[in-house]
Amino acid sequence: MAFLHAVSTGKSATKSVLKSRSLTPYLLLAPGLIWLVTFFIIPIFSLGSTSTMVRPEGAQIGVYVQELRFANYVDAFLANQDQYIRSFVYAGLATILALLIAYPLAYAIAFKSGKYRNILLVLVIAPFFTSFLLRTIAWTQILADSGPVVSAIKVLPFIDDLFRINNTSTAVVIGLAYNFLPFMTLPLYASLERIDPRTLEAAGDLYANGLTTFRKVTLPLSMPGLVAGTLLTFIPAAGDYVNAAILGNPGTKMIGNVIESRFFAVVDYPTAAALSFTLMATILILVTVYIRRSGTDELV
Amino acid sequence: MKKDINSLSPEARAIIRAQVSRRSVLAGVGAVSAAGLLAACGTGSSTAAKVAVDVSDTEKIVRWANWTYYLDFDEASSTNPSLLQFEKESGIDATYDEAIDDNNTFYGKVQGQLSIGTDIGYDIVTPTDWMVGRWIDQGYAQKLDPANVPNKSNIRESLSNVYYDQGRQYSLTWQSGFAGFGWNTQKLPKGVRTMDDLFSPANKGKVLVLSELRDTIGLILLSQGVDPASNFTEDQYMNAIDFLKGKIQDGFIRQVKGNSYTEDLQRGDANAVIGWSGDLFGLRQDTDGKFDFAIPESGGMLWSDNVLIPSTSTHKKNAEKLINYYYDPVNAAKVAAAVVWVCPVEGTQQELAKIDPKRAESTFIFPDAATLAKVKVFRSLSADESTKFQTAFDEAIGN
Repeated sequence: MAFLHAVSTGKSATKSVLKSRSLTPYLLLAPGLIWLVTFFIIPIFSLGSTSTMVRPEGAQIGVYVQELRFANYVDAFLANQDQYIRSFVYAGLATILALLIAYPLAYAIAFKSGKYRNILLVLVIAPFFTSFLLRTIAWTQILADSGPVVSAIKVLPFIDDLFRINNTSTAVVIGLAYNFLPFMTLPLYASLERIDPRTLEAAGDLYANGLTTFRKVTLPLSMPGLVAGTLLTFIPAAGDYVNAAILGNPGTKMIGNVIESRFFAVVDYPTAAALSFTLMATILILVTVYIRRSGTDELV
Repeated sequence: MKKDINSLSPEARAIIRAQVSRRSVLAGVGAVSAAGLLAACGTGSSTAAKVAVDVSDTEKIVRWANWTYYLDFDEASSTNPSLLQFEKESGIDATYDEAIDDNNTFYGKVQGQLSIGTDIGYDIVTPTDWMVGRWIDQGYAQKLDPANVPNKSNIRESLSNVYYDQGRQYSLTWQSGFAGFGWNTQKLPKGVRTMDDLFSPANKGKVLVLSELRDTIGLILLSQGVDPASNFTEDQYMNAIDFLKGKIQDGFIRQVKGNSYTEDLQRGDANAVIGWSGDLFGLRQDTDGKFDFAIPESGGMLWSDNVLIPSTSTHKKNAEKLINYYYDPVNAAKVAAAVVWVCPVEGTQQELAKIDPKRAESTFIFPDAATLAKVKVFRSLSADESTKFQTAFDEAIGN
């Protein structure tokens, strides 16, 4: 808007130039808008309309008619509430785990890495050079029953011989935390790196010890990164179905797995659509509440 | 291609397999996010799907979507020798795409385009029996012109008339296989012959079953004395589902999955599986007998993947020529020399004997009457049954 203001107050601006220039911001926005309308707004309406359809008795597979049956939402939720709640619990645990790993990492890169900073940053992003799926499959090897991790743990006393990690909820949460770790690390790093070291020195001058400095200066100043990082981890983790499919078992399926199953295997489009919509709405509400409560206006 | 891929190191195999399944998962990601859009295209469609105009005479190409490791493959040149031979003989350029990893996923991916009559990019697709029925019923298949496929008459007697395609008007078998028990012979030297063997206490948490409803439930039905080819009732089906659910809740069944179960066996995460004959024979060959396969005492399942021309194909005649080519026993033998699945073309055994006499005696490539008597084909399900039964199955396996 400042740009528009500048243009309209420009001394030499003729009427026609003014008109074409005032269109500029809209033209600049156009590609994004077209993209958003085509790939988000239209599908959203389509999704909403599908979610209230009904399969007529005896109809062919995949044939649904619109009956505005909103009870589809209730049915879909009640039939799959376990997986639904599980998705948010796993995503939450994975976010906490990722935060615990990423904060010290980002802190070290921002303040202690010296000349190795760039190399360390590249290493954080390096896993993205291979496919998401391959990385997840690699964990099945690492966590295998006769693999290094399980063998090492079994050396401990009191560990049952049947102890395993592959195909458990632990493996799913580990997979989620691992796969979204860079999304947590990078925003945290960006926030921490911006902190003026003199503020930390000032805290020391005011007799704050290390812990107090962290609590009163570093942590509050890194909040934007922390909020962005947790959101970037939690949102995709809640909708993820790859980790649960590869690292989990039938009792650890998440809502993404149910949506995939209803869409592909059962060809029950309305249930898949209703679940997708509910998931989207829930995430939106959780995110809004979270941003309001964490008070980082910078993000919204 | 089972034989060739299995001769690679486990790591290389894992990567190849992973790329394969990545394709399906990526398709899944796209589909989940675009679920609404596709669903909207798919809903309310009638059976009168548009049939494309054939431009075979001007465009000398044919595009084939098949499952992985299903054709002879030359590692050195990364080509399929029998397919190259076809190109040379016919002057038709053939594109071979291992695009199918799962019947449902592939159907979900192309159904929207089929329903509005847009080219799906393939002139031949290779779905499994029941899925062929769905393509035909929904008008997504083109009838084969017998004049262009004279070798059609070479099909095995037992496959010449099937419930989903009476008289084989639309489809022909590509390969068939058995679903039965597979196991690690070091962990289970006595082998697995019955459901009780499979779920013996030693296997707790070390059993995998297939995510293919008709194979897993088919074997359970057989073990309960119900013939999956017969008109079994909903109660009988639900009994089988309850059995499966029970074994999952007891912690016997570790995971329910598709093709990748062979990796769990090799990794030692599974002792025994409900799996497919060709996979396990491939593994047996490469590991000097560390793994084995058997058709259960109570009976096994027989399935076939079938070539079919989609309604949207614009190269029907070229596709028919290709199908005809592989129904020539000489060419079918080249495939049978490379993969360990059941060959559907009569006369191939004699041709294969010329290339590989030992292999030509395998009852798993050329099953005898005694083997065929032990296996059943899952009966056709109505649309209502299919929806209800698949939902029950998916709920049982945690979805």
